[in-house]
Amino acid sequence: MWNSPRILAAFALAVVLPAAALAQDTIKIGISEPLTGPVAASGTYVTDGARVAADLINSQGGVLGRKLELVIEDNKSNPREAVNSAEKLILKDKVPVMMGAWGSTFTLAVMPKLVEYGVPLLVETASSGKITTAGNPWVFRISPTSQMEAQAFGKQLASFSPAIKKVDFLSVNNDWGLGAATEFKKMLAEHGIEVGRMETMAPDATDLSAQLAALKGSGSDTLIVTTGVEQLTLAIRQAAEQRLSQRIISTGGSFPEQLLATPGPKGYTSTHLVFFAPWALDRAQHPEVARQYADAWAAKKYPFPGLTEGFRGFDAILTIAEAIRVAGKAEPEAIRQALWQVKVKGVNGDIAFAKEGPAGKESGQNAPTIYVVQLKDGAVTVQ
Amino acid sequence: MDQLLQHWVNGMVLGATYALLGIGLTLIFGIMRVVNFAHGELYTLGAYVAYGFVSLLQLDFFSSLLMAAAAGFLFGALVERLLLRGRDLGSIDEVMLIMIGVMIIMQNAELLLWGGVAKLVPSPFAQEPLVFGSVAVSPIRLFVLAAALVLLVAFYFLIERSRLGMSMRATFQDKDAAKIVGVSVSRIYTLTFALGSGLAAVTGALLSPLFVVNPTMGDLASLKAFAIVILGGLGNLAGAALGGFALAMIEEFGAGYVSTAYRDALGFLVILLVMIARPQGLFAAKERVG
Repeated sequence: MWNSPRILAAFALAVVLPAAALAQDTIKIGISEPLTGPVAASGTYVTDGARVAADLINSQGGVLGRKLELVIEDNKSNPREAVNSAEKLILKDKVPVMMGAWGSTFTLAVMPKLVEYGVPLLVETASSGKITTAGNPWVFRISPTSQMEAQAFGKQLASFSPAIKKVDFLSVNNDWGLGAATEFKKMLAEHGIEVGRMETMAPDATDLSAQLAALKGSGSDTLIVTTGVEQLTLAIRQAAEQRLSQRIISTGGSFPEQLLATPGPKGYTSTHLVFFAPWALDRAQHPEVARQYADAWAAKKYPFPGLTEGFRGFDAILTIAEAIRVAGKAEPEAIRQALWQVKVKGVNGDIAFAKEGPAGKESGQNAPTIYVVQLKDGAVTVQ
Repeated sequence: MDQLLQHWVNGMVLGATYALLGIGLTLIFGIMRVVNFAHGELYTLGAYVAYGFVSLLQLDFFSSLLMAAAAGFLFGALVERLLLRGRDLGSIDEVMLIMIGVMIIMQNAELLLWGGVAKLVPSPFAQEPLVFGSVAVSPIRLFVLAAALVLLVAFYFLIERSRLGMSMRATFQDKDAAKIVGVSVSRIYTLTFALGSGLAAVTGALLSPLFVVNPTMGDLASLKAFAIVILGGLGNLAGAALGGFALAMIEEFGAGYVSTAYRDALGFLVILLVMIARPQGLFAAKERVG
């Protein structure tokens, strides 16, 4: 009765079935982040933050009695690859929800695929206004738009001494950099502040000496820089080398973390708009969440400076998990509907979505907290 | 005027680095005619050797330059021996595919070993810039300029004036004739590829404290190196060096006085114009094809 093919079949089933059951038991979340290329540092930290959140949620029993499983794809800091990674996550891995794609250019490239396949995307980093005003109902953004950042910065203008009178811009030549420059210019005009030169740099440029030399004689007192962590680090170092007299202010949440360990010339100060300040956990809207995140990050031995970017991934996964819980099932449309109802206590603060964009096809936009920090000789002060 | 001088100083430093990239590739692409897509990866290898020695092992930067040169030289020799030996270098398709393969393997190995996050190599000099009137330049940039000029002169004499250089040029002009007069052709092939590779690696190490080190940094370096070699004229060492300075000055002054948004485009536009007017490159004599 039990001949060898049957024994083999039974053995195969015994091996395969539990594995299949285990696979069914997890809820997949797709992640598309730049893990290589010019903005790899940020993408890596965001992904690490997502891992921290997923582990934390799983250690508390997961969501709907199932563990979360992150399916991580590298979009290689390239919009074309971002689209490929999204299609792979949706069609092959069949994820019901995604997080990504770090940066406006990559996110805008992925967005048509969300409509095509009907999968929601939680945008953890991207500041172009177009993302939530393009009429894509599958997009929910927790990071601030450049306009929000500009307005938040506008409220801090009076705190600068000597006062800001004329501002130059150095922006990465993409949707993010150009969009931020436009919004900050608008805000400065409202405050009667003059705008000087506007210079751009290719995303992979490492030598910025020509741009900085052009800015040297502009007569401005402030330079607003918008780019990723690596290029921001280079811009600050090279500006100090050329003795640029303007004070540097960076936008977009990038923090030149490498300058903590290897500072530039003594006394050189730079100011940064960030969305989480790990140097002052008590200043967070929910210090207990911020501390839980920072402790879990440290337990994984991730580098401390990565906290300023990593929280984006952490908050995004908390939000997605809450949406799945509210939805009661891990299906794309149910998660999309549930995202409108979530109220999450995140590292950055309260997370909830308001409607933006054309009626009937609105995207979700959160209103996050923005911090201003100063970096001088490798030490940080939160303003 | 102040700005003009600052642009000129910046252009000289950038030009020196471009020239180094250019002469390394000229040996391999210009003289050997190997379309070396892995040139940028050798540059990256050198930068990571510097990072490993300076940041991880706490050794001094100057020794790391020698280690990077040695690593690049040995790696180049290995590539030539194992992958190019016996191949028909005239078959561009075959050699190009091999070198693209080397590039992909090297880039992914770097990614596996070091991760995608960029690394910073501390400068061995003071961070405070040296100020000459309205022009400011950091000590490390001056060192890069000086080191690059020394290397450029040394390689010029090596290739154009030494017996070894004559053997190299003879080998790649007419392999059989070189053999007849007693040149060890196989040794020359290995040595030329290794020297070009070593130069790329030492350039990467030299520039590592100026920029950040990451696995994809070689992509842009390769692109610039090919542009410089073509601009200067294939196989012409002085041409590659001058081509490097020319491209840097076009980029620097183009960005300063025309538009920073078109900085790279201006460089390539000028190369296109040169190709239309002088297809053999700025500094090379016309050669017979076929």
